Amino acid sequence: MCLSIPAKIESIDGDMAVCSVGGATYTASLQMLDVSELSPGDYVLLHTGFALQKISQEEAEATLELFDEFEAFNEMLDEEEKRTGGHIV
Amino acid sequence: MKYIDEYRDKEKVISISNRIRFSSKKHIRLMEVCGGHTMAIQRFGIPSLLPENIELVSGPGCPVCVTSRAYIDQAIAYSRLPDVIITTYGDLIRVPGSTSTLDRERAAGSDIRIVYSILDALMIAKKNRQKKVVFLGIGFETTSPATAAGILKAQMAGLFNFFVYSAHKIMPPPMAALIDQGVNIHGYIGPGHVSTITGSHIYDFIPEKYGMGVVISGFEPLDLLQSIYMLVLQHENETPKVEIQYSRAVKPEGNQKAKDMLEEVFELRDDWWRGLGTLHESGFAIRERFAEFDAEKMLSVEVEPTREDKGCICGTVLKGLAKPSDCKLFGKACTPSDPVGACMVSNEGACAAYYRFKRTEA
Repeated sequence: MCLSIPAKIESIDGDMAVCSVGGATYTASLQMLDVSELSPGDYVLLHTGFALQKISQEEAEATLELFDEFEAFNEMLDEEEKRTGGHIV
Repeated sequence: MKYIDEYRDKEKVISISNRIRFSSKKHIRLMEVCGGHTMAIQRFGIPSLLPENIELVSGPGCPVCVTSRAYIDQAIAYSRLPDVIITTYGDLIRVPGSTSTLDRERAAGSDIRIVYSILDALMIAKKNRQKKVVFLGIGFETTSPATAAGILKAQMAGLFNFFVYSAHKIMPPPMAALIDQGVNIHGYIGPGHVSTITGSHIYDFIPEKYGMGVVISGFEPLDLLQSIYMLVLQHENETPKVEIQYSRAVKPEGNQKAKDMLEEVFELRDDWWRGLGTLHESGFAIRERFAEFDAEKMLSVEVEPTREDKGCICGTVLKGLAKPSDCKLFGKACTPSDPVGACMVSNEGACAAYYRFKRTEA
């Protein structure tokens, strides 16, 4: 019910926007956001015809960067397992 | 960046799954309280990526599932009035009332239309001035701002043939009630899209009062695994707190404009939740100022006495006390095509998610 999808803003007209999701386009109300902070190319979360929030690219990338650390840790575990012949996880 | 594929990367999934296995020593039971999470967890097979000491249970996060039969019965009564058009999200159409469903009423001739947005319902009201258009307002804080916006638009446009029947509910009261009622969990996977609106501070009382953590999570596999990892670390280190994993969409302060609209249009009232009973100030009623758009005040109907189905354990499932497969009706008398209880109707109901993705284990 709370399902919301990342949609790309294609164009803005007043407090309405045309957004694309995959190949489909939707009109969305921007009434809940500050329109002056939005421009075509931005992604918003779309829910029942309203954009709920602008998606932050910086935060999205920062979240993914954390996984580099997990991958490095994983490699370290692999090395350790190779060296000792044991099974850690 | 498309904000979907990046969070489904297989190598990253394996690496965080290993990180969790390495860090998690104590037994931990985590509850997700968002139907979207229930569905994503089963769809992506998240439990299979976790060690045995981590248990995931579903909570009351599906609005359709927690709504009373009395609400459906009253909506059906509205649909039987002359000159009424019912507009509803698709989720509600097949939910069983005491003796009928909206779907069956539609087949019997009532004018019931599925809409994607309340904006579509307003358009129907505009085109059918001689009819009364009732919108069934259901959902948590993700959805209720749209209803508030719709009521404000109806007022501005002078659409006095437009009415909302509100079953909107808010998330913190059931999260408190579950702990108060003794449900055994160690932390919450917090609802991602509710929190885009509310922000994270509405959960502060959970670590403060109950010593339990909340991590607000996104909906992709990496989001969910990372949130579980954060909750595992909190549990291992005994540092319960509210954290935001889904930071690309959730800010601590939430969406102020949407919160202002909610405040303007709605006020809190006691509301009934399947499995939990009546919870203090857990639902949204339309304020007196907007009474002319309130179906409960403007349209009078006689509603049949409510009858809950015997044998369905939906209420127990919603509290995380039973798995869908514990129900003797599950997959036999109760299936998505012929549901007995609300938890089997909605895609995001725990029973429907189990049926679709986990039947072999059930």
